[in-house]
Amino acid sequence: MENHFVLLAVLIVVLPLLGSLVAGFLGKVIGRSATHCVTISLVGLSFLLSCYLFNAFVLNATPLIDTDLYTWAISGDFHFNVAFLIDRLSVTMATIVSFVSLMVHIYTIGYMAEDPGYQRFFSYVSLFTFAMLTLVFADNFLLLFFGWEGVGLVSYLLIGFWFNRESAVFGSLKAFLVNRIGDIGFMLAMAAIFTYSHDLNYKFVFAHVDLLLNKSIILFPGLSVSVITLTCVLLFIGAMGKSAQVPLHVWLPESMEGPTPISALIHAATMVTAGIYLVARMSPLFEYSQPALSLVLVIGATTCLFMGLLAVFHFDIKRVIAYSTLSQLGYMVVALGVSAYDAAIFHLITHAFFKALLFLAAGSVIIALHHEQDMRKMGGLAPFMPITYGTFLIGALALSAIPPFAGFYSKDIIIEAVKAAHLPGASYAYFCVMAGAFITPLYIFRALFMTFHGPKNTESSVSESPWVVLIPLIGLAIPSIVAGGMLIGPMLFAPHTLLGNSIFVLPEHNMLFNLGQHFEGAKIMALEAGRTLTFWLAMAGIVAAWFFNMEYPQFAESLKQRFSWLYNLMVKKYGFDDFNQLVIVHGTRRIGEFLYSISDLKIIDGIFVNGSGRFIQWFANVSRRMQTGYVYHYAFAMIGGVVVLLVWIYLGL
Amino acid sequence: MVSLSEFLMVAAVLFGLGIAGIILNRKNVIILLMSIELMLLAVNTNFIAFSYFQGNTIGEVFVFFILTVAAAEAAIGLAILVVLFRRLGSIEVEKLDKLKG
Repeated sequence: MENHFVLLAVLIVVLPLLGSLVAGFLGKVIGRSATHCVTISLVGLSFLLSCYLFNAFVLNATPLIDTDLYTWAISGDFHFNVAFLIDRLSVTMATIVSFVSLMVHIYTIGYMAEDPGYQRFFSYVSLFTFAMLTLVFADNFLLLFFGWEGVGLVSYLLIGFWFNRESAVFGSLKAFLVNRIGDIGFMLAMAAIFTYSHDLNYKFVFAHVDLLLNKSIILFPGLSVSVITLTCVLLFIGAMGKSAQVPLHVWLPESMEGPTPISALIHAATMVTAGIYLVARMSPLFEYSQPALSLVLVIGATTCLFMGLLAVFHFDIKRVIAYSTLSQLGYMVVALGVSAYDAAIFHLITHAFFKALLFLAAGSVIIALHHEQDMRKMGGLAPFMPITYGTFLIGALALSAIPPFAGFYSKDIIIEAVKAAHLPGASYAYFCVMAGAFITPLYIFRALFMTFHGPKNTESSVSESPWVVLIPLIGLAIPSIVAGGMLIGPMLFAPHTLLGNSIFVLPEHNMLFNLGQHFEGAKIMALEAGRTLTFWLAMAGIVAAWFFNMEYPQFAESLKQRFSWLYNLMVKKYGFDDFNQLVIVHGTRRIGEFLYSISDLKIIDGIFVNGSGRFIQWFANVSRRMQTGYVYHYAFAMIGGVVVLLVWIYLGL
Repeated sequence: MVSLSEFLMVAAVLFGLGIAGIILNRKNVIILLMSIELMLLAVNTNFIAFSYFQGNTIGEVFVFFILTVAAAEAAIGLAILVVLFRRLGSIEVEKLDKLKG
């Protein structure tokens, strides 16, 4: 019985890889339609198998399976195994990943229809699915890291998919480099874990947390930190890189240079949630380090509010949604910070649905306007594209946490959990998530109004997108409506929660349990939403968006003029990019120039390479004067030598 | 009776003359050869003196060998000299600095 589950898990992971290889190597041979048929059917099969496993493991509570498949490398006593951990968390993630991936595969048929790199695109997307699923199913840090780097690589390839655009190449490089910073943190964390636990297998590490506890390590003379905190902070730095938390968020807006389907799949629904997954998976470590949890909380809260604010000031529809993604990732990280891991994963799931939906709907608009992304050139599209409009509206409502849409449940729970938390920084986080609850509807409805309402600002004729585009929209809209209400009870408050023992929470951190005491079912929660401040903040956000964009745009204009410094700060994205450009990029270049001119040219070339040459030349010049060619000089030198030798011997020197 | 040290002094003087000849002579390669010969003879004188005062003949036998070799050497040296003169048209030591660095 167990083998049969393992086989299925392997198939789930390997099928997309197979699809990727077929599309990549045989794509030109078998043609476009065969390529998408193969990849879509393989990913679809992968999704169906995931559903089967979801049913078995999550709904019917099959105990977790931890199995070695293959020994990749042996080094001393250490075995590096390709091994899968099939439990509730990994199966849940796999289902989400394969579902969104399937939707995106289908959508791509419509979106990339005219693109010459059609097969290449399918190959990359399938490869991404493979890497992400490996990441999810890994049972040790190294295999996780393999998937982690795999998704990073594919993200790089896909952002730079249109490699003849300079901005795309720039964006892909930026994403790659910023992710490397996070990866350094992750690798150091692995090194720390390996040093103290002597193993990288989750089960072993988690069972022997005491090997990390109550130990401290001296980082610099005079600065010692506890090992568990250091490990968790380093792991979180890895998560910050992948999940684009401040200050490593700069790559995510740039990643919008890639085609829209992958913005939906990689940069909204799945890859960027790898960091959330990582922290949730590492909950048995994080639980023991309160400083690390506080850091997680503060970083998440900062990202949540300040990146949401930026979304209000951008005009590129994809960037608005990208900043929204940052903000929502902030919510998830906040949830991790207050030990509400289930809530974080819950928000991850609902967010995956509605954010992928928003991106794909935005993509549908972009196709209709012939790859125009500037919202100032849209407007009044609602009558022309009713299905796109409807699905975008559903996504926006879900994002804004309006009951009974999916986002309402997950976001509300996070806010409640933060309210109940007592960690240092919790009050700041509470303020941020509450403010975020107002900002979120403000920016998304601003985008909605600018795109679909008001006067039509484009001359070209607009028509609804083809069915291959609309099917995924509808496919994602349905869970965006129902997933929240359906999942909240079993996932968070049931006696045996959906994620069960995949997540570990110390009893004193267990906010969700306390919240669960007051939980009376999803319907009641939705009906009682009117009693919470969050709901009214969200409504206020929608009204404000309507007010500033539809009713009195001139009022917004005058505000813009009065607070122009603030406006400029927002447009400059708080100066993160300028700072990076000035300090990191130019600084690096300056150091490079310095090293080139001083250490390379002067010291290495000047002193060592040419210097040794010149010295030998000089020495030869001097010493060749000794070679006069006169016999009597040589004879004299010989005699002198003999005299010296005799004196030496006889005087006994 | 002449003492050993007097013999040795004569030899040393001869040897010194040979060295001086090599070093001071700037004109003629033949004089160089002669100076070398002189140094060899000084050494031979030492051998014979030691041989005589030791009362055995080993040193004298050795001197015969040295004289033979010296004769051969002189013959070869002079032959080289002739060739040198034919080539360069000169046997001035000052001009023989082909090996100068």
